[in-house]
Parts: sequence; C-alpha cells; structure tokens
Amino acid sequence: MSILVKPDTKILVQGITGGFGARHAKLSLDYGTQLVAGVTPGKGGQLFENTVPIFDTVADAVKQTGATVSTIFVPPPFAADAILEAVDAGIDLVVCITEGIPVNDMVKVKRAMQGSKTRLIGPNCPGIVTPGTGKDSHGGCRIGIAPGYIHKKGNIGVVSRSGTLTYEAVWQLTSRGVGQSTCVGIGGDPVNGTSHLDVIKMFNDDPETHGIIMIGEIGGTAEEEAAEWIKQHCKKPVAGFIAGATAPPGRRMGHAGAIVSGGKGTAEAKIAAFKAAGIGVAATPSEMADVLLKMM
Amino acid sequence: MNIHEYQAKQLLKQHGVAVPAGDPCKTIGEASAAAAKIFGSGHKLAVVKSQIHAGGRGKGTFKSGFQGGVKLAKSADEAVAHARAMLGQVLVTKQTGPEGRQVNTVLIASAETIKKELYLAVLLDRANSRPLIMASTEGGVDIEEVAEKTPEKIVKEHIDPAVGIQPYNARKVATALGFKGELFGQACKLIIAVYKTWWECDAAMVEINPLCIVEGPDGKESIVAVDAKIGLDDNALYRHPDILAMRDLGEESPLEIEASKHSLNYIKLDGSIACLVNGAGLAMSTMDIIQHFGGNPANFLDVGGGASKEQVTEAFKIILSDPNVKAIFVNIFGGIMDCNVIATGIVAAVKETGLKLPLVVRLEGNNVAAGKKTLAESGLTIISADTMSDAAQKVVKSVA
Repeated sequence: MSILVKPDTKILVQGITGGFGARHAKLSLDYGTQLVAGVTPGKGGQLFENTVPIFDTVADAVKQTGATVSTIFVPPPFAADAILEAVDAGIDLVVCITEGIPVNDMVKVKRAMQGSKTRLIGPNCPGIVTPGTGKDSHGGCRIGIAPGYIHKKGNIGVVSRSGTLTYEAVWQLTSRGVGQSTCVGIGGDPVNGTSHLDVIKMFNDDPETHGIIMIGEIGGTAEEEAAEWIKQHCKKPVAGFIAGATAPPGRRMGHAGAIVSGGKGTAEAKIAAFKAAGIGVAATPSEMADVLLKMM
Repeated sequence: MNIHEYQAKQLLKQHGVAVPAGDPCKTIGEASAAAAKIFGSGHKLAVVKSQIHAGGRGKGTFKSGFQGGVKLAKSADEAVAHARAMLGQVLVTKQTGPEGRQVNTVLIASAETIKKELYLAVLLDRANSRPLIMASTEGGVDIEEVAEKTPEKIVKEHIDPAVGIQPYNARKVATALGFKGELFGQACKLIIAVYKTWWECDAAMVEINPLCIVEGPDGKESIVAVDAKIGLDDNALYRHPDILAMRDLGEESPLEIEASKHSLNYIKLDGSIACLVNGAGLAMSTMDIIQHFGGNPANFLDVGGGASKEQVTEAFKIILSDPNVKAIFVNIFGGIMDCNVIATGIVAAVKETGLKLPLVVRLEGNNVAAGKKTLAESGLTIISADTMSDAAQKVVKSVA
C-alpha cells in the first residue's frame, strides 16, 4: 500500500504541451508512471512523445482512458478553470503544480469543491511520488516535478509545504538505505486543497507507513492543527522540521503562504506545538531523517 | 505589494467608502493648493500626513529634528509649513529602522471632529480559506494588543465566497459595533463597500484603523475611514494594471528591485553571510542553519528550480552589492537541475565578479560528482562541504 496513488494509478496531465508540463510529463513516463492522457484545448487528436493521446477536454480524456488523477501545469490565470474542469470530469485526485495563482481564485475553487468527491493537492507544490521497486525507484507513480531517482520504496511517509526540503528529507532517507511509502508536497500557498493533517491521517491509516516526516514553515496554523491531532491520535513516530525561524515578520519568504503576520504563524509557535505533541524536532534540516530513525 | 495611505483611500473611495476630503502633494505648490481647498470649503482643521510604507508615523522623528510625521494645522499657512518640513526629509519611526524613509508625498486632508474610533478590516482566514471581516469597538490602537488582552472585543464575520457579502453579514457587524438609528444603515453600506474593495482589488488585507464616527460642521454625524492600509496579492496584480501603477519603487530596497528583474526572489537582511539557494523552503532553512551555528544571514535568496548560468551570475552580483556581506554560502539541491550546470555557473560568476570573499558551496543531487569536479578544477578557492550542517559551520567559521 501507499497513500493517494499507487504504481498502477492512471494519470493525465493538463497542460501537457507547455514547456514545463511536457518536460515533467516526459520524466514521469521515463520513471514508468502510468501516464495515459494529456489535455491541451485545441490539440486533441495529437500524440505526446508518440505514445500518449492528447484530448481537448478532461472529460474526453477520462472517458477514453479511465484516468483517475490529473496533474495541472497550466499558467496561473487559467489554473482555477483547469482545476474545476477536472473536478467536473469526476477525477479523484487533482495535483496542481502551478505557482502564482491569485488567492481569491483558490478561495472560489475551494468553495466550489465542497461536497465533491475530488481531492486537491497544492497548488504551488512539487506533487506526489509513490516509489516503485525498480532501479532508482523506477516503476513508481511520479506526479509533478520531484526528481524520481532520489526515492526508494519503503515505509516512511513524507509530507511538506516545500519542494526542495522534501527532496532533502527523501534523499537523507534513501542515502541511509531507508525507503518511502509516499511523499506528498502540499504546496506553499495560503489556500491549498490538502493540509498537513489530511495527509498525516492517511499515513496513520496506511499499514505500509511506519514513520512520518512532516516539514512545515512559517505562516498560518496548519502545522499546529496537525500537531494537536498527532498528540491525541497518531500511532506512528513523527519527526518534524519548521523553516523560517529567522524570517523577518511581515515579509513573504518566496512562498505566498510563508509570512508571519500580526504575530501569527511564527516558527517558534510551531516548534513548541511539535514538542508538546511528542514530535521529534530536527534542529536543522540536515537532521530530519536521523531524528526520525532514532525514534523508530 | 503595499501602497500608500492616500492610494488606499482612493481605492476605497472608488468603491463607495467615505474618506476625509484631501489630496496627495509632492510639491509645496500642490500643498498650498490642497490646503487652500480644505480651508476654503469651511473646514477649521487639516491634517498633514507623511506618506511612507511604515507605521508609527505620528510618533516618528525626522532626521532634520522635526517632530512627528502626522501634524494638525489650524490654517492653510500652517499646513504648508508642515508640508515644507516633511517633503524630501527622512522620517524615522519604530517600523522603519534607524535608516528611516524619505517622505516624497504628503497627504493633506480635512481633520474631522472625532466622536468615536472603531476598527474594521477584511482579510483571508487561512484556517478555513474564507474571507473574514474583523471589527472592534476599540479603534485607533494596536489591534494585536486588543486581540491579546480583550479578545471578546473583536468581532469576526466570515463571508461565503460562493455568494459574496450579504446585507445580513454587514448588519451583524454593524450591530456588534454598536451602530444605531441613522448611522446603522450608513455603517452597513460602508462595511459592504470595504469588503468589495478587498475582493475586487484582490487585496491581501484592507485595514481601516481608525474608522471614525465624526461630527461635521453642521453637527451631523457620519462614518469616515480616517486611516487606511491596503496590501495586495502579488499573484493577482496582472489583472489590475491600475493598481500595479501605484507601486512606489522608492519604498523598496534597490537590491530587491534589481533581483525581481531577473526573476530572483531576494530579501535583504542585516547579517554578514549571504546565501544563494534553490527553493523557498531550503532558502529559509539555510538562513536558519546559519543562525543555528552562530552566524547571521545577510539575505534570503531563492534562485528557483530552473536557474540558468546568467541568473546565478546576477544573483552573485546582487549579494555582493551588499557591503555587509563577508562570506557566501551556496546551498543547492539539484533535483532535476544538473549540479554541473550550477557549478559551471558559480565558476563563471566568481570569475566575472572577481570574488575575494570566502565561498562555501554545498551541492547535492543530480550529477553531483561532475559538479564537484568542476568546482575543484576551477583553480578557485572554494570551500566545499557535503552536508548543510557542515557547510553552515564552515561559512560561520570563515567570518569569525
């Protein structure tokens, strides 16, 4: 098992003919991911890399290929529409990689998704990887922009708001011979589809996940909410790291959601919440894997 | 992006919020005209307000010795005298730091007879991804303090984004603020207009502090936004060219402006160790780890996931133009990005900029062996490190 996606999950890519989308769709194909369709309005009927059919609409792509997951690479002004199109087509999981979507667009999208069966991951996220059993974890499900080869199939779940910090944690684990069940980047925007807590609950229920690394950063209170739940309910060891202790208040640190405002969302408060919940806190990002492995 | 108080009031006024009569002035001539207009229309008192993107203006001091960035004036001549003392001068407040900010614009507005000060703001509630109206009967003071000491005095009303603000939302807030009679309807209209300003401008926050009940020369009471602050969602500026035109580059650090031209995300800090990193999370934690080992970061710098050789060179130039920088820490996790491309970029940048400061490089990821070889064979004195901790300790030691 794993969470959210398995190696045989069929995925499609919205924005497959754009430079960024095409590059990463190709990398997913090379990784052995079941990429079965692409969507680019007006390019229906063409083939991507001579193998993957392209459709004009998500509804068509789903009908013809049975894809259940969509990855979104379309530019920010069109991303909200792309997400809602996937929801309308009955997709189970939408992973939105796009960075720079207006906050109010996401406020509307999130409201419109209430009551639908679709789960959204992101936006502004690196995506999801469930490693495969082949060389360099080949044969897994790679959705998004993470480097596939750094992974290794195993039993640690990783959840993070940051891309590169996810890769750091994964690489530390793999370098120590420890594999991952699934790695989930939930994204750095203030309004996102899936929270730390949502993913932690899934890892807690997944028999293949034996330990969890949770990486957070300044801004909002999602880490505190996850910590509170972990304290009460989580059966598995959790190690955590929070980025941004030295960030000046009131400044956005790269991610739209990484901002301390009105004294809220500080690294200090999040680390305190982690400690109170029995989460192993890595003092530096170099120690994320070691802190978890010591707890297991 | 932040805008000035007078610009925030222009946006609020466009959406139907009452603000005191007034004009922004960049010259003494404009100040004379603005002051004459106010006193000529029967007002007995005006206020001259320095326009900078920082709070604490009223209690601030100019480097010239002139006290107060916000001053009342009983005559047009007095208003012009205040404007003369402020324009072109550097104002230091508790939020500007000791370097202060140059005042290039003053707002000269009518000063109303204030009967009561309230607080009204609209922002995003990240906990449930919905717009939130926050209001309080305690206006004109630091709202964070009110929230901490007397949280019961803060009213919160969430708005359903599917339908937008409804009149009942406004009635609830107006009631909680204690509005009655004739002012009640006026308050409801104003609350709706403030919300619409927030939503239609794609603002991150609209804050009116204080929102005032004022008494006009005729003795009639009305509700006016006496001070206003608006922050905007940078991601949405592409659809608001009129608001983007309000950007005041004079309020931003020259290095940050230069960085944004090359799609680099740079924020200047006060320390001595410059960082060059890929990814926002890693860039933040690189600053943190420098401090963890006893150093001080000079900046936040995210070169992004697909940085080119040119961007790396520009990034070096930007961090080297900060005179406080004594060492550089390059921290790259090349996931998809080829470490050798980054290494080649670093070598080119060091040669082009003639770097003399200690440079610590930690490379990890795709094609790392080739990258390390490129650095080693460059003939440059580059301190190499294997882990972030190792690198951070080496760079902190290099400036000790």
